Amino acid sequence: MNANIPSEVLPILLILIGTIFSLLSAIGLVRLPDVYTRSHAASKSTTLGVLFILVGTFLFFLLEEHYFSIRLFLGIFFVFLTAPVAAHVLVRSAYRSNVALAEESVQDDLKDFIHTDSKKTKDAEVNNTD
Amino acid sequence: MRSNNIILETAIKVILFIIVLFSVYIFFAGHYYPGGGFIGGLMTAGALVLLLIAYDIKTVSMILPFNYRIMTGIGLLFAIGTSAGAIFFNVPFLTHAFGHIDLPILGEISLHTATIFDLGVYLVVVGVSMTIIQTIGEDE
Repeated sequence: MNANIPSEVLPILLILIGTIFSLLSAIGLVRLPDVYTRSHAASKSTTLGVLFILVGTFLFFLLEEHYFSIRLFLGIFFVFLTAPVAAHVLVRSAYRSNVALAEESVQDDLKDFIHTDSKKTKDAEVNNTD
Repeated sequence: MRSNNIILETAIKVILFIIVLFSVYIFFAGHYYPGGGFIGGLMTAGALVLLLIAYDIKTVSMILPFNYRIMTGIGLLFAIGTSAGAIFFNVPFLTHAFGHIDLPILGEISLHTATIFDLGVYLVVVGVSMTIIQTIGEDE
């Protein structure tokens, strides 16, 4: 094994933090009550976990093999860009198909703008987001 | 009728270029690294499908006025042309050739006729997958 301690410790630490964040988001996915809070747990901390793992891998190859992996770099950028948009689209379509909020919820500001529309346009929206 | 999801549209506008660039990279890296015509073509088709998700079919066919059936035909012609071209040099069918060529700006690069065959595969894959998806999508 290589005796190059600092260049190994930093990637190890980053990858460990990433796996812990992924585990936390999986626990949140099981424990939280409705679609919206689950998506909150799943999108944010999974993205952060995957980003930590990717940055750790990127640093490992950079420090250990002196190889600048442009694909990992692009992957970091891509995950950072797409995961929140995917969560947004999922939650938006869930809200528009009238998925109920959790019972503990106290505020629903979008209700006045979306669910009071005429039935026809709402049906068209639901069909479209399907 | 389409919804006005500005976040999705803006994100796809940025993501599209990354995916297309990466698919071109995958296509050209195919000789020395994992990749090639098939996976590059699939990735390009995936980028076009993302465009179809953000906009409707009419808008996309206005932005990219391709007839994908003709694209498939051109790809097959490329593949057959590079394969049959070997016959004129008294070597068996599908024999490929390569050479180092000095280009004015790029310097000495190694060109291989297998790349043209791969370009044919690329065009066929993009054409076939987009034909399938558009045919299913247009069905009312």
